[in-house]
Amino acid sequence: MTRTPSWKALGALAAVGMAALALTGCVAKADVAATADALTVTSTDSACDVSTATATSGTLTFDVANDSSQVSEFYLLAEDGLRIVGEVENIAPGASRTLTVVAQPGEYFTLCKPGMVGEGVGRAGFSVSGEAVAATGDDAEQKQQAVDLYAAFVKDQVEQLVPAVDTFVAAYESGDDAAARDQFPQVRAFYERIEPVAESLGDLDPRIDYREVDAVAEGLDWTGFHRIEKDLWVPAEDALNADGETPAWQDWAPSTDAERAAFGDQLIADVAELNDYVHSDDFQAALDAQGVAGISNGAIALLDEVATGKITGEEDWWSGTDLWDFAANVEGSKMAFSLARDFAVAKGDEGAALAEQIDQGYSDLDAALAAHGSLADGFITYADLSDDDKRALTDLLNALAEPLSQLTATVLQ
Amino acid sequence: MTVEDESGAAVEPTGLSRRGLFGLAAGVGAAGLALGAGAGSAAGVAVGRSRAEGGAASVYEFFGEHQAGITTPVQDHLHFASFDMMARTDRADLVSLLQDWSYAAARMTQGLDVSATGAVGGSLEAPPDDTGEAQGLPAAGLTITFGFGPTLFESVDGEDRYGIATLRPRGLAKLPAFLGDDLVPDLSNGDLCIQACADDPQVAVHAIRNLSRIAFGRARLRWSQLGFGKTSRTTAAQATPRNLFGFKDGTANILADDSAALAEHVWVADGDEPAWLAGGSYLVARKIAMLIETWDRVRLSEQQRIVGRDKGEGAPLSGGVEASEPDFAATDATGAPAIDAASHVRLAHPDRNGGIRILRRGYNFVDGNTELGRLDAGLFFLSYQRSPEQFTTLQRSLSTDLMNEYLRHVGSGIWAIPRGATPGSFVGAELFA
Repeated sequence: MTRTPSWKALGALAAVGMAALALTGCVAKADVAATADALTVTSTDSACDVSTATATSGTLTFDVANDSSQVSEFYLLAEDGLRIVGEVENIAPGASRTLTVVAQPGEYFTLCKPGMVGEGVGRAGFSVSGEAVAATGDDAEQKQQAVDLYAAFVKDQVEQLVPAVDTFVAAYESGDDAAARDQFPQVRAFYERIEPVAESLGDLDPRIDYREVDAVAEGLDWTGFHRIEKDLWVPAEDALNADGETPAWQDWAPSTDAERAAFGDQLIADVAELNDYVHSDDFQAALDAQGVAGISNGAIALLDEVATGKITGEEDWWSGTDLWDFAANVEGSKMAFSLARDFAVAKGDEGAALAEQIDQGYSDLDAALAAHGSLADGFITYADLSDDDKRALTDLLNALAEPLSQLTATVLQ
Repeated sequence: MTVEDESGAAVEPTGLSRRGLFGLAAGVGAAGLALGAGAGSAAGVAVGRSRAEGGAASVYEFFGEHQAGITTPVQDHLHFASFDMMARTDRADLVSLLQDWSYAAARMTQGLDVSATGAVGGSLEAPPDDTGEAQGLPAAGLTITFGFGPTLFESVDGEDRYGIATLRPRGLAKLPAFLGDDLVPDLSNGDLCIQACADDPQVAVHAIRNLSRIAFGRARLRWSQLGFGKTSRTTAAQATPRNLFGFKDGTANILADDSAALAEHVWVADGDEPAWLAGGSYLVARKIAMLIETWDRVRLSEQQRIVGRDKGEGAPLSGGVEASEPDFAATDATGAPAIDAASHVRLAHPDRNGGIRILRRGYNFVDGNTELGRLDAGLFFLSYQRSPEQFTTLQRSLSTDLMNEYLRHVGSGIWAIPRGATPGSFVGAELFA
């Protein structure tokens, strides 16, 4: 989170097809008549049955029938289980919709998300064999596809954020601090992957993600993740705030049960508002207006987040969970890049060379981060990171951010 | 557009400013491309701007037999930087870095931006190639001098990362420990170094900042040092400057027009080892902290005894004027040596060191203050010599220097300085031939 919500109108983040896969996905916007050789998907409350787990590369059509009791969604995810290759949403109970994608050879996952929140049900492997296929559609269509996949990624992250926050807040409000501490960095990852989007929303990010020193500086009521964080990691009596100057206990005391209920409920309400926004026409319009440059700039903005707040340990001052935020920011950045990558490569040798430099940058940074843990298994705390570790991460961040800063101009050429 | 001359009055530029040169270096694309063409045209343009000796209007050629920044009249300001190659690099990365650095240096020393599109001439959707703070400023006598440290040839773990270990000059090794060393590893050594000197500090900083940026992903800044108030001269026309002890420094330095002394003491000769370094030199940097507050409480006679010269004129205590040769046999009224046997001037004198001389090019530094509220200040010593032994011999000779009580050597480094690049090529190309 940054003090000033910069990155206007939309953030960025994103999703999908990395270099190796180079998928051109497609988000169904309307019901399409199923073709004779369509794959069929049945979404129920607890399962997501796909008629086959293998296919040949090329245009694939999934005819998705919603037999569940709630509005559902269907996703085709890339090999990492995070990037979205294609998705179809807003399938009413009893209705069917169709997803059409141009799939390259590779390994994927399918899943359904009845209720449109959470991590989904029926996640299963899906293999595509055969030859690589050319992308279809003209440049404008492909760019719109990238924007739509990006929107889908943001929505998916927020949809997962919603129930994760519910569970986290329940633990916090009930005083199960140990459980809440465990969940804190995991829950934040959904937010950190799409951070610039939230920051584009005026006062929403300040309510959700301001640090105490920022709220004080701007004269705001201090709420959100970091307010809860301080309750969960109660500072020592002589500790100082992130400004290195004001005492941690100045104008602060551990929240009462009633205050916990208020802060917790506020976070749930703010995240619900964020979820409403990313499912709104306004969000899609803002994304459309920025186009693929918005995605590229989002990839850059997320690395700026890492460079300014995470590597310095200022973000999660009491929990020391900065590396989780770091990793989630990088994941979000990498996904945004993966959507813009093909457009850079299409610009010729210089664009291809730039893409390779950026690939190498993510790869090296990922490897260095992996030495300290993972989002799945947890990281060491910021305090346990040596000065040499911080320096090495900073050098690799520079190595990635410098070529990445050229991406937008390249894709717009 | 106008620039200010040295008197501060606005004048029409006689040459072209950075801004005016956009597009003139035609055909120069991304860094590393079209090296010769871009640099050559830049240099050609620059000839017209070079008007005065010294001062802000000076422009020094980047290409040549020797690198600039050694015998070049000492400029007023320094930004020195040491770099380490990153673990992710290979030989091709090192070569491309030296090419990109040479290209950018060739442009910046002529008063140009780092690339043709520069600070404001590129895409609005991309960060500019040039960081922009030198727009409108003249070249200000900028010289950029590159050096190769021992660890570039062979890492501390003995690894030959770039296939050049066999080319390491035998004398290029970490300097031995000296009495009184209090070295900080983070202020010492480095695979590569860049010395940027200019008469405008903003121009020198602009150079290091942009070269550091060009290096991201290949080389990482290890440490850097700002310097001001040159402490040595390299031409007879320059007045002898003073160091922060208040004494004239570099009275007996090797001057640029003393070609015999340069050949004997500074330039690596054709017959010297290794052959690739012929025309080059060795650079030693020492960050020497001065105990300023303590020194300032020393009575004048004692200060002069320590230095061996008088503070006002700079004359040796054996008599005469600044330029007079010190007479170490001279005695004072009491029969004692006029110049103390442990004075700095005597211990450093060539006569005491087998005729050894070095070319000094140091600067004063003040890095704010220490935690104790003392001025964090001293001398950033830079010397060029034909062999590292020259420095080692002199420094050992200074082990009994009375001045040591007021000095702490906190940083140290040594680099081989390759010969100057030829137009169309890059600094150090002979290492990769």
